[in-house]
Amino acid sequence: MAGITTLSSASFDETVGAAAKPVLVDFWAEWCGPCKMIAPILDELAGEHGESITFAKLNVDDAPDVARRHGVMSIPTLIVFNDGEAAMRIVGAKSKAALLEDLAEFL
Amino acid sequence: MTSPPLEVVIVGSGPAGLTAAIYCARANLEPLVFEGEPSSTGDQPGGQLMITTDVENYPGFPEGILGPDLMAAFRAQAARFGADLRTEKVSRVDFSRRPFRLWVGDGEAPAATAQAVIVSTGAQSLMLGLEAEERLMGRGLSTCATCDGFFFSGREIAVVGGGDSAMEEALFLTKFATKVTVIHRRDQLRASKIMQDRAFASDRIDFLWNHTVVDILGSDVLEGVRVRHTGNGAEQTLPLAGLFIAIGHRPNTDLFKDSLAMHPNGYLITEPGSTRTNIPGVFACGDVQDDVYRQAVTAAGSGCMAAIDAERWLEAQHDAGHR
Repeated sequence: MAGITTLSSASFDETVGAAAKPVLVDFWAEWCGPCKMIAPILDELAGEHGESITFAKLNVDDAPDVARRHGVMSIPTLIVFNDGEAAMRIVGAKSKAALLEDLAEFL
Repeated sequence: MTSPPLEVVIVGSGPAGLTAAIYCARANLEPLVFEGEPSSTGDQPGGQLMITTDVENYPGFPEGILGPDLMAAFRAQAARFGADLRTEKVSRVDFSRRPFRLWVGDGEAPAATAQAVIVSTGAQSLMLGLEAEERLMGRGLSTCATCDGFFFSGREIAVVGGGDSAMEEALFLTKFATKVTVIHRRDQLRASKIMQDRAFASDRIDFLWNHTVVDILGSDVLEGVRVRHTGNGAEQTLPLAGLFIAIGHRPNTDLFKDSLAMHPNGYLITEPGSTRTNIPGVFACGDVQDDVYRQAVTAAGSGCMAAIDAERWLEAQHDAGHR
């Protein structure tokens, strides 16, 4: 079972840029209630769909530079990177079913 | 669905719903709680406190407590007494006959049937109703200062509204923004005295009185707002990096528009001094039926009332042999 990769400013570009499959990055922080709500859903998705998508998370407190560079102004924001390019952006907490629907093209 | 009807189902899991769950569970009614689904709008498990920061007026917490922490404690207390908490959102109800039926998602069969239902679906932030809102939400436009304030460090932003929520957001945002302009359509605030005093005392908060927001500017990222004076109609553009909306709330009652009596503003009608709705066996508590007080503690209080009302009503039904 695939888990969720924890990214940092230092590892972000390498992980996202060199990936062979799409990488979903969860921009989150400790003080964000809706982020905590979707964390268990992302854990489940990583377990069920880790073959198709690499699931990763980035704490914006630790890496505000990366968040800024990707125009993140609200969390949770999920960005799916395909070949290093941002291919999809999902802003705000959603149910598992709604996330699955959004992510269908990558699964 | 062939399982027998439950005694009570609770719809919603803010302070009202979870207090009702604690009381119902302790009365051995084995409540099922449909908590709702994750969202960032206030319409979510835990309710509006999930997108607030410090709660300073909930009794018992002299130093204050974070909204999400308070709701985690409510939830744990309901779970401890055996409430069945499901992170699912009710999509349809049938209150036309008993047992009442409730659906989740677009399933054919009801997810639950129950002799009594407690409605505690709360309220969510009102939006301005502008075309640009959907496009710029999360791109400089926000209804959640707690979630998004961080991204406006060193920037100039505005808050629309004049109530307690608007002042709380404005004060919280001064931790990050260099300047917060409160845009309000009147010439005085509706907020409580203590919040007004704090806001007036902040050297980072400015007030733009008697103005409404008529447009939000920016294609990919919010760049400013267009405001209009409510008196003379003069318009001006304010360049801003962020806009936070706190102009009030609307009740989450779409689900009940064909079944429960409502005020013209959409809030559910309950019999004065009780939580009884127009349907015997359906009770309403918390913000969904309260556009006056709207506090965590009043919601919790009315959640307790709903549980007691439901318990007594169920007893009366059982005594009368209506099962």
